[in-house]
Amino acid sequence: MIRVASLHKQFGGFHAVDGASLEISKGSITGLIGPNGAGKTTLFNVIAGVLKPTSGTVTMEGEDITGLPPHTLFHKGLLRTFQIAHEFHSMSVRENLMMVPGGQSGETLWNAWFGRGRIAEEERRLAAKADEVLEFLTIDHLADEKAGNLSGGQKKLLELGRTMMVDARIVFLDEVGAGVNRTLLNTIADAILRLNRERGYTFVVIEHDMDFIGRLCDPVIVMAEGKVLAEGTIGEIKANEQVIEAYLGTGLKNRDKVGA
Amino acid sequence: MDALNALVVFANFVLIPATAYGAQLALGALGVTLIYGILRFSNFAHGDTMAFGTAVAILATWALQAAGIGLGPLPTALLALPVGILGAMALVLLTDRGVYRFYRAQRVKPVIFVIVSMGVMFVYNGLTRFVIGVDDQRFADGERFVISVREFREATGLAEGLALRTTQLLTVVVAIIAVALLFWFLNRTRTGKSMRAFSDNEDLALLSGINPERVVLVTWLIVAALAATAGVLYGLDKGFKPFVYFQLLLPIFAAAIVGGLGNPLGAIAGGFVIAFAEVTITYPLKRVLGYLLPESLEPDGLVQLLTTDYKFAVSFGILLVVLLFRPTGLFKGKAV
Repeated sequence: MIRVASLHKQFGGFHAVDGASLEISKGSITGLIGPNGAGKTTLFNVIAGVLKPTSGTVTMEGEDITGLPPHTLFHKGLLRTFQIAHEFHSMSVRENLMMVPGGQSGETLWNAWFGRGRIAEEERRLAAKADEVLEFLTIDHLADEKAGNLSGGQKKLLELGRTMMVDARIVFLDEVGAGVNRTLLNTIADAILRLNRERGYTFVVIEHDMDFIGRLCDPVIVMAEGKVLAEGTIGEIKANEQVIEAYLGTGLKNRDKVGA
Repeated sequence: MDALNALVVFANFVLIPATAYGAQLALGALGVTLIYGILRFSNFAHGDTMAFGTAVAILATWALQAAGIGLGPLPTALLALPVGILGAMALVLLTDRGVYRFYRAQRVKPVIFVIVSMGVMFVYNGLTRFVIGVDDQRFADGERFVISVREFREATGLAEGLALRTTQLLTVVVAIIAVALLFWFLNRTRTGKSMRAFSDNEDLALLSGINPERVVLVTWLIVAALAATAGVLYGLDKGFKPFVYFQLLLPIFAAAIVGGLGNPLGAIAGGFVIAFAEVTITYPLKRVLGYLLPESLEPDGLVQLLTTDYKFAVSFGILLVVLLFRPTGLFKGKAV
């Protein structure tokens, strides 16, 4: 679905992404792991159009989408969430979700003044949908709270909720589980699985929690120093010598041995 | 009776002029604060946008006057205001196309935008003089007073008189309508919400599918409308001099910063704070105190804290104090 070919992103003399090539197949939940500074988030940013690549191409189902602005990619069904949760802090949680679908009729100046009836109808539908999403994420009691007052974990859920307001095709989740307690993490994992099965979303997940990755992701891609180090099932990755050295560390290797 | 007289003097020389001036500053500061919140730079060309919009409105007023069209007791400029607004809109949109968009595409730092807007300011400055000339222009017509001093004295029998000029009343009424429309737009329409979303978190807005160019376009249109309205009201109230609008930049920025940059409510509050401070400090309070205090305590001097020549020092002073002690302003805007 997404093909990244020899992608480079340089910040001054620093190669954040250094010739990464990878492929994400349709309907998969792909895990992207690697040590801090491996270039995972930069890769996300380049694919999502926040940063322009120094060189290389990104294609989505054969269409070249390299360097397109984020709002254009959004309308093609490519969404992402942030490592540090973002929100429109001065708006309520429901309003945050209602911002998401683009191309609403209230967006043209003419309709804003003269198409009130149609907009009201559309807003009612959106509000109902937002409430549905909030219920799905078990934060429906917070609908009228200002988004700025939410806890870190709740903001992460809101990030996920945003992707559910439209028919996304591929969603990039950047450490959606970081700083979230176990129960909430399970809620998030369930939501991801359900969206994948019921709505056919393709997911790419950056995560450090190996249990989370193991439970959700197949395949798993490992990045280190801006390059793709390995790719395979979670079992293959855990057994890969290079990966253990660069990321997982020998602790896990030993633990596996003890377990066996 | 003395207390009433003191109140009337105070209302006549401080309350009414400061309210009208405050409304004009508030409209100006709203424009500055919207640009700061959404395009993220301090727009130094704002004063001259006001001047240009006013100049266009004055030309339209003269055309209407020549054609014999008027509004009776109300100034003809009110009819010409939409033309002024359209003129200002055309100007800022052309500037955005030709200048600002180039820098937006480069994603330059806000400080570059500030310097660019200074360049734009000088161009507008010259353009306005080119269009209407460098001299003072009077374009107010219609009834001059709603309440005149003589009528007021006859009606109340007080020693002191009170005057309410048509332009002052008009300023406040038009400002209230403009602000009500603006807040309705920002809070109730999808475009307004997109603007607030963009101001809250630009990255997220982009990744939520909000088209930045559309938000920027609408912002400029609204800012141009506010600028032309503020400019025409100020010109009606105090007469039009091209360079005065450039000088207005200081109190306008002071108002926006005092209220909290990026916060529309703050801009309005800030406008009135600056206006009341400026007028109160530069008005000789001897006459007010003369009525209120017993004779033995009556001040000998004028009790004018600063002469009007120094009125801009008031804005400066307030600006410094706010930046030192509460850099986000009264209403928690963005830190400068």
